[in-house]
Amino acid sequence: MRGRRKLGRGVAMVGAGMSRFGMFSDKDSKSLFAEAFQEMLSTVDKGLDLRDIDAVYLGNFTNDFFVRQGHWGPIISDLLGLTPRAATRTEGACASSALAFREGVFAIASGFYDIVLVGGVEDMSKRSTEEVTQGLAMAASPYEVRAGFTFPGVFGAIATAYFGKYGATREHLMNVTIKSHNNARLNPKAQFNVSIRDIMNQRIEKAKKKGESIPTWRDEKEFLRDPKVNPVVAWPMHLYDCCPISDGASCVVLVAEEIARDFTDNPLYVVGIGQGSGKALHAKEDLTYFEATRYAAQEAYELSGLGPEDIQIAEVHDCFSIAEIIHIEDLGFFKPGEGYKAVEEGLTRLDGAKPINTSGGLKCKGHPVGATGVGQLVEIWKQLRGEAGERQVPIKDLRIGAAQSLGGTGGTCTVTILERR
Amino acid sequence: MEERPFNDISYERFLNEEKLMGSRCRKCGALFLPPRPICIKCSGTEMEWVQLKGKGKLGAFTCIAIGPPFMIREGYDRTHPYVSGVVELEEGVKAVARIEGVDGNKPETIKIGTRLEVEFLHRGEGESLTTFLAFKPCAGR
Repeated sequence: MRGRRKLGRGVAMVGAGMSRFGMFSDKDSKSLFAEAFQEMLSTVDKGLDLRDIDAVYLGNFTNDFFVRQGHWGPIISDLLGLTPRAATRTEGACASSALAFREGVFAIASGFYDIVLVGGVEDMSKRSTEEVTQGLAMAASPYEVRAGFTFPGVFGAIATAYFGKYGATREHLMNVTIKSHNNARLNPKAQFNVSIRDIMNQRIEKAKKKGESIPTWRDEKEFLRDPKVNPVVAWPMHLYDCCPISDGASCVVLVAEEIARDFTDNPLYVVGIGQGSGKALHAKEDLTYFEATRYAAQEAYELSGLGPEDIQIAEVHDCFSIAEIIHIEDLGFFKPGEGYKAVEEGLTRLDGAKPINTSGGLKCKGHPVGATGVGQLVEIWKQLRGEAGERQVPIKDLRIGAAQSLGGTGGTCTVTILERR
Repeated sequence: MEERPFNDISYERFLNEEKLMGSRCRKCGALFLPPRPICIKCSGTEMEWVQLKGKGKLGAFTCIAIGPPFMIREGYDRTHPYVSGVVELEEGVKAVARIEGVDGNKPETIKIGTRLEVEFLHRGEGESLTTFLAFKPCAGR
């Protein structure tokens, strides 16, 4: 059922690119963005003249803290030679570039611009883990920070609430991690493009070479239960439940629907966008869902006239393993309390009925926070155009994909639906 | 009655005085902790201070091994995790707080639903006094 909101005119995506995500001591925000931008240009089938870009929207959470430099909009427009055209930075914690995307869509839908560049960047690895943890905690509520909560801590508490309500256990979270690694193994842009099995074999080889005692894990879950390789970060969140610290950039180019075919015969149309805001942890009625995601999903579904059953693939914000389970419930793919069972049954695998995080997700692809929202859309772009290589999902007539981003502890949530026609 | 503004500064000064204070809407009676200046139930703007009893039960928790610098300075690290949680208070509101008197190395012994009572953790003195809200299991269960 369509709602009352509508776009003034249609918007299409005609190019998409991302840098490799990872920890790079020799790459800064500018070189990362340049890498993403060059790939984006190479994907515009009929070519894009830089001079035709009307404006830039850039998501960045907290380079101010991580590299002591703010005001990234003009730095990036200058990098690309786009000055004096407008450059606007958006901030919504880990959903920052999802907000940039939405602003770009509005700018075109309003008729003001015809072609905009939307992207995100974050440079996080130049600080210690403790400092990054402190920086990210700026996106939590002050009460949570005072109580000692870190981001893994918040999701640890959410996990205990979910376990208590629905009977899931840590073993169920492992299914998410194993699947994410299996997907990322097929993604050359991923920070950890290895399966858990690969990591186990690497460790065994290393132990053999060093003459140390050879680990005897029987399977992936036994590896993940081993506290020596998978220590607690914020119980029940262990190392392999958490996304890494990452550097990276992503960008896409959006154009007005009527000119989309000047750039490609295979554009993706922005059919649904939604955004919601959420309360702090103590004020949530129930910790086992995100009100803001449900609201954003409803808005995106109503705009598109589609429902959860129509979404064929999705990238969701798995900053922590428990989050992926909650998001696939909030998006309506599975009923509340059923998400962990769906993952266990393999429904969310690459070859499942509803593939989730084919890129490897934040957990394995990496999570340079400001780049993540648009990075998810880069994956949907590749999948819907049949350009995902080894990890291409085997769904016939793949046309509709979605991405969901979450900022903070659910303070900002977005849902975007793309369609290939 | 108290003339302090309904904000986080007042809330934290009350914690320094070992009082857990929320705000209540004079129009509809809705209770908020920490205090809100505007009622989100009825949009009322006339609030009054209410002191909470500081008793409740554990709603959710986590044992944090990698904490922020201010917790590391308190001596917590990967081998000495601390516990943070969400506490459901008797008055029907919730608080996020440190959970004391439980073993962060033994999460399996920490049970959701455990009865808790408030504890005020004071750090520093005079102008630099800050108080962290904490809860501990009730004596004798």
